[in-house]
Amino acid sequence: MRKVKIYITLKEGVLDPQGKAVQNSLQSLQYNNVQDVRVGKYMEVLLEESENLDEQINRMCDQLLANPVIEDYSYTIEEAG
Amino acid sequence: MKFAVVVFPGSNCDRDMYHAVKDSLGAEADLVWYQEANLADYDAVLLPGGFSYGDYLRSGAMASTSPVIKQIREAAEAGKPVLGVCNGFQILLEMGLLPGAMLPNEHLKFMCHYETLTVENADTLFTTHYESKEKIRIPIAHGDGNYYCDEATYQQLRDNNQIVFTYDNNPNGSVGDIAGITNDKGNVLGMMPHPERAVEALLGHDDGLRLFQSILTHWREHYAINA
Repeated sequence: MRKVKIYITLKEGVLDPQGKAVQNSLQSLQYNNVQDVRVGKYMEVLLEESENLDEQINRMCDQLLANPVIEDYSYTIEEAG
Repeated sequence: MKFAVVVFPGSNCDRDMYHAVKDSLGAEADLVWYQEANLADYDAVLLPGGFSYGDYLRSGAMASTSPVIKQIREAAEAGKPVLGVCNGFQILLEMGLLPGAMLPNEHLKFMCHYETLTVENADTLFTTHYESKEKIRIPIAHGDGNYYCDEATYQQLRDNNQIVFTYDNNPNGSVGDIAGITNDKGNVLGMMPHPERAVEALLGHDDGLRLFQSILTHWREHYAINA
């Protein structure tokens, strides 16, 4: 089994109202050196071994997990018990 | 003319939509469950607002992979009118029938009130009962209505007259004040404001009714000359 850790982030240049709100809250807690916050998503997908795992993961991300209009993704594959 | 109102788990404006075309417009209509729908039997497809699949992952994302989507695509390709309102618009974006994507509202609030819209294109099959540049009052009700597309797409939308409605006082941060757009061919319309909630003058406004009347007029002129 493989554990795929997928990170989905907003593309550069796409406004992130949620990140802005989190940034303001951090600043109101006196973390005055906070310059920017971007909120993304993290997913863990457990998969059976297969030859074209990379191709499959990319397809999953393009088809459903990420929206290519506004989001980028990256992932790592780990051995899972 | 027969309308299909596609009901997804989590749709909640389906009955308003049904009421608008069945009672206010006086056409035939069915509520069709997304797993049992046979859209070939219908002349137009309406995707109602709500929170399909609880807005999991992204608004409209899960619905955009369900089996009925293939039929919606076929209906669009056949030139049938396809209207997505609110969550229906989000589904049309997620399935790629319309360009762009939705972000959370600029100020992160769910908003539910009337907005003034300008009819930017009164030549689509959805808008012939409006005047060009007419101001109409239609309510909005959404949290993720901040329409986003890149500069090139925006230019394309403008060049092809695909921007049908704009907000006079942009409530959510949408690019170019966009409230509703069509596809290239003009038979698929997605809009965040709810025309089906403005179909009875007695209940406030009926500016939304003319959108449905436009669809019916188009159908009569193109498909029912002898009817």
